[in-house]
This record gives sequence, structure tokens and C-alpha cells, in this order.
Amino acid sequence: MLMLDKALKGSRRYWSWLLCLFCAIAVGFCFYLRQLDQGLGITGLSRDVSWGLYIAQFTFFVGVAASAVMVVLPYYLHREKQFARITILGEFLAIAAVVMCILFIFVDLGQPARVLNIVLYPSPRSLMFWDMISLSGYLLLNAVLAFVTLRAEREETPAPGWVKPLAVVSIPWAISIHTVTAFLYSGLAGRSFWLTAILAPRFLASAFSSGPALLILLCLSLRKLAGYDVGQEAIRKLAMIMTYAMAINVFLVLVEVFTVFYAAIPEHTVHFEYLYLLGDGHTLAPWMWVSALSAIAALVILLTTSWRERFLPLGCALVFVSLWLEKGLGLIVGGFVPSPLGSVTHYAPTLPEWSIVAGVWAAGAFLITVFYKIALSVREKVNR
Amino acid sequence: MRDRLWIFAGLTVFVAALTCPAWYALANGKATSNPPNLELPANQKECVAPAGIMRATHMQLLIGWREDVVRRADRRFVAFNGKVYEKSLTHTCLGCHNKERFCDRCHAYSGVSGPYCWNCHNDPQAVALSTTRSAP
Amino acid sequence: MKITRKDFLRLSGLSLLAAGCKQTVRPVTQSASAARAASSEPVRWGMVIDLGKCREKDGCNACIHACNAAHNIPQIANRAHEVKWIWTEPYAAVFPSVQPGFAPQRYAETLVPLLCNHCADPPCTRVCPTQAAWKRDDGIVMMDWHRCIGCRYCIAACPYGSRSFNWEDPRPSIATINSDFPTRTKGVVEKCNFCEERLARGLKPACVDACPQRVFTFGNLADLNSAPRQLLRERFAVQRKPELGTGPSVFYLV
Repeated sequence: MLMLDKALKGSRRYWSWLLCLFCAIAVGFCFYLRQLDQGLGITGLSRDVSWGLYIAQFTFFVGVAASAVMVVLPYYLHREKQFARITILGEFLAIAAVVMCILFIFVDLGQPARVLNIVLYPSPRSLMFWDMISLSGYLLLNAVLAFVTLRAEREETPAPGWVKPLAVVSIPWAISIHTVTAFLYSGLAGRSFWLTAILAPRFLASAFSSGPALLILLCLSLRKLAGYDVGQEAIRKLAMIMTYAMAINVFLVLVEVFTVFYAAIPEHTVHFEYLYLLGDGHTLAPWMWVSALSAIAALVILLTTSWRERFLPLGCALVFVSLWLEKGLGLIVGGFVPSPLGSVTHYAPTLPEWSIVAGVWAAGAFLITVFYKIALSVREKVNR
Repeated sequence: MRDRLWIFAGLTVFVAALTCPAWYALANGKATSNPPNLELPANQKECVAPAGIMRATHMQLLIGWREDVVRRADRRFVAFNGKVYEKSLTHTCLGCHNKERFCDRCHAYSGVSGPYCWNCHNDPQAVALSTTRSAP
Repeated sequence: MKITRKDFLRLSGLSLLAAGCKQTVRPVTQSASAARAASSEPVRWGMVIDLGKCREKDGCNACIHACNAAHNIPQIANRAHEVKWIWTEPYAAVFPSVQPGFAPQRYAETLVPLLCNHCADPPCTRVCPTQAAWKRDDGIVMMDWHRCIGCRYCIAACPYGSRSFNWEDPRPSIATINSDFPTRTKGVVEKCNFCEERLARGLKPACVDACPQRVFTFGNLADLNSAPRQLLRERFAVQRKPELGTGPSVFYLV
């Protein structure tokens, strides 16, 4: 079913890449063992900033996972044939991203051996319970969809009839995983930075730009490294989705800034001031401006007709970096600083923390590499 | 059967690996057929349940006590002989038993690798050594 | 799959009805058990803190020391990893609605003892994915350190900053262990428990007993004649962030 034999035959470049990733995973794993031994104190987290890089990465990659819907929807629901070659890549990206999310949550837990308590003692009032259900369901859904369709391709038979309804179900499910993740934050009365109804739409908009950005970059790499071309039309359409989702995301951020600063309630403005006012010990502010300027640069490139094809890789990279900084770092830390009692505690991830995060990234990259190898090998064989 | 040599070699390696815990225990002298030397409390003759039951199910009893005390605030335990005890590992169990010379000896013998109750729950006789790091 | 409009409507209607039945059955069964519990005399533990009497600014930390000793609270050198169940903060930080420039001078100097508010509708118990944090019938918001997975969602949810996480093994940072109360282990969240183990023995919380100025008045808020209720009838009291609807059980006499 998994066709793993396809992943075991590869060029030297393939195996050395997998070896690099394995080394990064091993380093991360060693640091994780240290974290298990000494506690989460080896990270830069503190009593005031109790969630940091791990949870921020989880939030960001749930968005990337949800973005698979942007290739599944046109293909399965609207029969856009141009997406035929890219849909499987989007589904595999979603699987790898969800696995990364689960890993990020796991490394963030203080008592990971007890993680099954979430299942043993269900708490339907807790958003984390629903997050677990929606993420696991999404993983299962995409895994079944991807491997069944690929298997059918290899056997050169049509996919079973139940695949189409399952794919259609994955569309609202993708929306739900990121909405539930947003609700995790936006339901907390005590954290005024997150207590906004616009958080869920913002999450979706940034998901539908960062995910396609990564997918386009992956497709362009596949074209160069493996000679697999998903088709210029598919890339163009995906880039359009990414561009307008990014534009909506920037608009939503500006809308938030207006509400916060025009109403000028100190409890709300202090978080934005910490994140964006340079100087005064605001260590995160330069990065937030890098994010903002990258977003603007990305939109300028992607909306200018003569530049959008020529500088597409740059545009995608700028989108990804901008959203990673904003959602993968700024969003979480901004919610915790200043604390409910007004104190400012700076958060800077430590080396062990970065190593563990890099290890999880490498695990995701490992999965993507193996999955894409399987998909490409099947397609190559069939097309021969 | 050219592979006879490889097959038997592989089987030998497999059986050796499977039984290596036994070899390891024999090598470092931990293996013994002598039962552990458990020091019984001097002042009490009866536990909260008969010895045979305690030997078999003291873990379940403790977990039951834990759920009762923490989640239901129910601290009163009426033993099989009608005596009333407080449901407490530190006060009741360790009030009579010596952790090192009773609990730990049997745990070591049966290969129970240290229940992590001790990470939090106190051994009143070892409180003086409280600055020692507890096991992960 | 062909389905007539009539059948589709019939199916949807039946499904909605089934879903609705489930929603109504649960509150009915829950209220039945709640009624059983409420038949015995209701208890809601609460506390009134008289800021006028507190001498913390003169260096008195009796309540904090008593709590730390009773509960094996580690004194961790790294402030980022500190664990505290009861502590003090300046008045302006706790009650930001008071404008320091306009209020009497003594408010600028007052240090307010802070602890878990044991809210009537706690956000922390709502978000806990394992019910390791839950509200007892007597109003105490409890922690089960055996069940806590250390996800720290409750810390994010608490509007008061009352909760601490064990970023490292606490035992090396405890000078003298009180063997009557367990220590905790790394990786779990903890907070004030209103000394429920002392309440079970008929004692008052450690901070209440230790205070030389009798700043803390502890009692059953559900009993109209209890000491805190009498105080609240005589004097004006405030709560922390009442607008959030959490219903704190800790009141401050300013």
C-alpha cells in the first residue's frame, strides 16, 4: 500500500540529502533527550512567556497543512484538469505538515508520556481536544486519499468511487483544522492580543498564502532536480491564489491595526507596541518589520505583471518568510508580552530549542522527500 | 543447503540477543534465586489489606487512593479489619514501612525500575536528603 | 446516488431531531446530578484581603513564607523559571483602572498579595484537555499533578497570571522539604490550592493563619453569615478584572 520500495532506489544526491536530514533529526533528538531529562527550562521559555517557538511552529504548519485544500478544491470539486499533476504533491505536503505539527506539540509537552490522557479523559469544552480530533482526522484523510489515488495510478486503474466524496470532505475539514487552531487562541478572555474574531480569518488567509508559497517552491525544485513538471498553468493558478490570499492577509492585519489604535484601549495597544515599536528593548520588533517589509515586497512583485513570472521564486520565498516571522514567532510571543500584570519578559529561543525545531523541520523534509520520491517514481513508470 | 552455516549462525546470534538480559544479570551478580530480604515494620503486624492481596495489588490500591484523595477529596479508608486509615502513601504506608529496606528491595528484585511516585511523594525518613536530584 | 427532495428533507429533519435530542438529554441528566449535590449545604470557599492592614511594604512576607514552607515551593534562582503560589505586586499593576497620579499616595505604595482567584467560571478548567484542572463542588479550582501533561494551555488561559510551570526539577531548589505535602515534578503546572489538604483537616489556609495583621478573612461565601460575607456587606471590595466574567472568589478591601 505504501509503495516504500519506490523510495529505496535513488541517486547519490537523493541519499546524501536524506543523510543530511537524518543527521539534523539525530541532533534534534539528542537535544530532546536532554530536554526530557532536565525539563523545558533548557528553552528560552519563562513563567510569563510559556509558549514559544514550538507552539508557534505548530500554528504555522497547521496553516501549511490546511493549504492542501487549495489544490484539492479546484481539482476534485471544480474539475480543473491543470491541477492533475500537483494535487498529489499538495496532499503529501499536508501529511508531512500535520506530522510536523504533532511532533511540535509533543516536544512542547512537559509530561509527554501522559499525552494519551487527552484521549482517556475527553474534555469537549477544551479546544485542544477538538484540535487533536481534527488534526488526526485530517492526517488519516489525506494519507488514505494520497496513497489510494497513487496506488490506483500505479496499477493504471481508476481510483475507487469513494475517493471523490472523501476528497470533498477534506475540503471543509482543512478549513476546520485551522479554524480550531485559531479558536485555541481567540477564545481566551485573558489574552487581549488574541481575543479578536478576525484571528480565524487571518489564520486562513495566511495559511492559503504560506502553503501555496511552499508548494510552488517545492514544485519548482522538483522541475529542476527531478525533471517533474506540474505544468505552468497549475503553478500560475496557484501563484494567483497565493497572491490574493496574501493581499487579504495584509488587509486583515491593517484592519486589526486600525481597530486597536483608533479605539486606543491600552490593554490592546500594548501588545502591538511591544511587537512593532523599535528600540526600548523590544527585541522582536526588527523581525516584525522584516516581516512587514517582506510582505509588501512580495505583493509588489506578485502583483506586477512583468515581474510575477520572472521573480516567482523570490516572491514565494518572501511570502513564506514574512508569514513565518509573523505567525511562527510574533503571534505567540505578542500574546504573552506584556503579561497580565504588565511585565515585559523577553523571549529568545535557546540553542537546544532551535536544534529541536530544526530536527522536526528535518523530519518533515524527510517525509516530503520520501513521499515525493514515491509519487514521482510511480508517475515515471506509468508514463514510460 | 549452502546457507546452513549462515542460518545457524544467525539463529545463535538471535537467541543470544533474546536472552541477553539473563546473561547481563548473571555477569554483574544481580541474578539470584534468593528472595529479597524485606524488613517488616517493627510496630505493626497488619497492613491495610492482607499481605497476599497487597503483594499482588498494592499498585491498584495506591492508584485508587490517588484518584479518591485528589479528585474526590475522599481521604478515609476503612480496612478489611475495620480499622480506619488515611489514604496517604507518605503518612500511612511509609508511616510503617521503610522505603529503602522494604519497598526498594522488592522493586529491585522484581526488576520494577523505580515507580516514579518518588519524584513527588516524600519518604519521611529520607527528607534530610531532599537536595538529591530525583530520577527523571 | 439519486435522492428525491422529499427523502432528503425527511433525512435531514430526522438527523436534526436526533442531534437535538442528544443536546437536551445531557443537560437534563447533568442537572439531575447537580441537584443531588446541591441538596447538602452548598460551600463556596472564598477570601477577603484587607489591603489597608497588609504590611508587605514594611518587609512582612509571612503569608508567602508560610505557603512556601507548607507546600514545598521551590525557590528558583532564575526568575524566568520561578514558581509562586502567593506573591505581591504593586497596586497599579493589579488594578490598572486606578490612575496613580490621581489616587491617594498610599495606593502607590501598596503591595497587593496575589494568588489564584478560584474563579466561579474558571477559564483554566475550561481549556484543560485532560481535566487535570477542574473546579470542585466547594469552589476550589484543583490541580491533579498525576494527570497534567504540561501543555500549559491553562497558563495561557488564566487572565491573572496565577499559574506557574515547573521548568526544571523543583527538588534541588527546596531548602527543607515538608514531608506532609508532596513536592511536584518537572513538567507540570501548579498554583494555589486554597490549602485543600488543611481544609480537609478543619484548618484554615496557611497564609490566613500566618498573617500577623489578620489581613486574610477566609470562609464560605455561600453562607450569608460567614466572616467574609459580613465583611463584604460592611466594606466596599473590588475583584481583579471582574469584567471578564470569571467570578473570582478573592475580594480586596481597598
